[in-house]
Amino acid sequence: MTVVSRTTSTAAGGGRTPGRAPVRRTRARRVSIAGIALRTPYWVFTGALALIFLAPLAWTAVASVSPQAGTNQVDGWGFGNYETLARYQAGIWRYLFNSAFVSLLTVALTLVISFFGGYAFARFRFPGKNVLFLLTLAILMVPYATLLIPLYVLLNEVGLQNSLVGVALVLTMFQLPFSTFLMRISFEAVPRELDEAATVDGCSSFGALWRVLLPAVKPGLITVGLFSFLAAWNDFFAPLILINDSERMTLPLAVSNLRGQVQGVVDYGATEAGVVILALPCIVLFLLLQRHYVRGFMSGALKG
Amino acid sequence: MRRGRQALLGWLYATPTAVFVVALFAIPLLLVIKMSVSRWPLLTGDQGINAPANFEKAVDHRFFTDSVVFTIKYTVLATVLLLVLGLGLALLVQESSRWNNLLRASFLIPSALGLASASLLFYVFYSPYASPLKPLMDSWGFTFLGSPNAALFSTTFLIVWRYAGFYMVLMLVGLQGIPADVFEAARSDGATRWQTFWRVTMPLLRPTLALTTVLCVTGSLLAFEQFYILTKGGPDNSTITVVQLIYSVAFQGQNDLGVAAAISVIVLVALVVINALQLRAFRSEES
Repeated sequence: MTVVSRTTSTAAGGGRTPGRAPVRRTRARRVSIAGIALRTPYWVFTGALALIFLAPLAWTAVASVSPQAGTNQVDGWGFGNYETLARYQAGIWRYLFNSAFVSLLTVALTLVISFFGGYAFARFRFPGKNVLFLLTLAILMVPYATLLIPLYVLLNEVGLQNSLVGVALVLTMFQLPFSTFLMRISFEAVPRELDEAATVDGCSSFGALWRVLLPAVKPGLITVGLFSFLAAWNDFFAPLILINDSERMTLPLAVSNLRGQVQGVVDYGATEAGVVILALPCIVLFLLLQRHYVRGFMSGALKG
Repeated sequence: MRRGRQALLGWLYATPTAVFVVALFAIPLLLVIKMSVSRWPLLTGDQGINAPANFEKAVDHRFFTDSVVFTIKYTVLATVLLLVLGLGLALLVQESSRWNNLLRASFLIPSALGLASASLLFYVFYSPYASPLKPLMDSWGFTFLGSPNAALFSTTFLIVWRYAGFYMVLMLVGLQGIPADVFEAARSDGATRWQTFWRVTMPLLRPTLALTTVLCVTGSLLAFEQFYILTKGGPDNSTITVVQLIYSVAFQGQNDLGVAAAISVIVLVALVVINALQLRAFRSEES
């Protein structure tokens, strides 16, 4: 855990290590003209690299509102491509709703299951504990396709074929290795004295969990929620296999199918608009929760 | 008494996890093994055991060898590029400064996008009609997805763009786990930067390198979305990955879930063996 707390502040883009920044600034003030001349190639090189990563995103956003032949936005700038998207089959609102429904249900289920599961694995001893934990982590080892073929058959058996709830259940399962692991180490980082004191004061185990431990593991829950949202919002393979009704498609599937609908001619403008709508929530969440995002990656790295 | 209560409460809190893992992971895993030895058309369902016909059909499929070879080729290319670039970017932005924090965030933003969204973005970006690089394509007379090699490299570029930041963060964590006094000692012994990198940084980074290699190899062997959206397996069926083959056998035309399950089982076994070999290789190097 020391690695996590030390690196979150430095690795997250927003956070600066306190005490280190002032030192750099005084040094920067002393930089001579020769120093600047020496550093310039470095700035140009790294700036160009950053541009390679940002340019495709910026280009898509601009191109989606700029005039282009063969799209709904031929003359001047405007939102013609978004109108095409709004009218496509069941309409963008339907697909947005489907995607939001699947994502929020996945986030809710993942949070609840990994919150209780992490607590159980961190604080209790029970028969089968290690087997269950290893089995949960083993989900990571099994290819997506290997599980989706039988899941397609199983969900048909229980009447969840072509259902958004079915997709959310499957996506939740795929989130469990990461989220259970992260919640387990989050609970383990909380000193045992905290919940023992609460139990002595008359709290039940559930009361202690709810009132004392929940606030303590909140950062872990935010990371789990963020990752499960991004995974569910962006997932393509599970809905591709489990959904075959155009009314129930999620947004990535709808935007992907949008290409080549009209006699094999691809409406590139509408595709760009779709990419913007798909990417926007992810980028906003990334910028808001950058620290939690980076921490999620790092807990994965610590395991190895 | 107290221990019994503990166990009971523990199980109570672990029940949701257990239900999900058993119902949506363990049972499907057993079912896919059963499906792989049964005749199982998409529409009519289980028609009884037919082992080992599905495995014979899977291996004899006209795209089986091609897809295995292509998947391995893609995996090697993507893994080498991502690990080298991930480490390179990490070394570049290792020191904390305002500028470097900005750089880190820029490298990391594409990783927030879904793989499908990123593939759709590059589908337009690479198209001969809407691409901003259209003048370049016209004057040089090439297309990004036109030939087998161009399609492979274009798709790999998309993957590098999407994942380089992710591997950079993993490498940064590894680098920050190396104690600073090791570098001090190397410097006071008069080691050059190059020597320090190869003799100090690389050996101490081994656990991180093991983790990133396993992650990257696994992810690349299971590649699907990028090729499904960007190349649809073309041109001339030259970019079909193994997972794409599973999908098309199961749901596109052939509609044979039994054969698809057989390929899935082959992939699962191959993946377990490959990962075990990798971990063993990294461990034996250590000793």
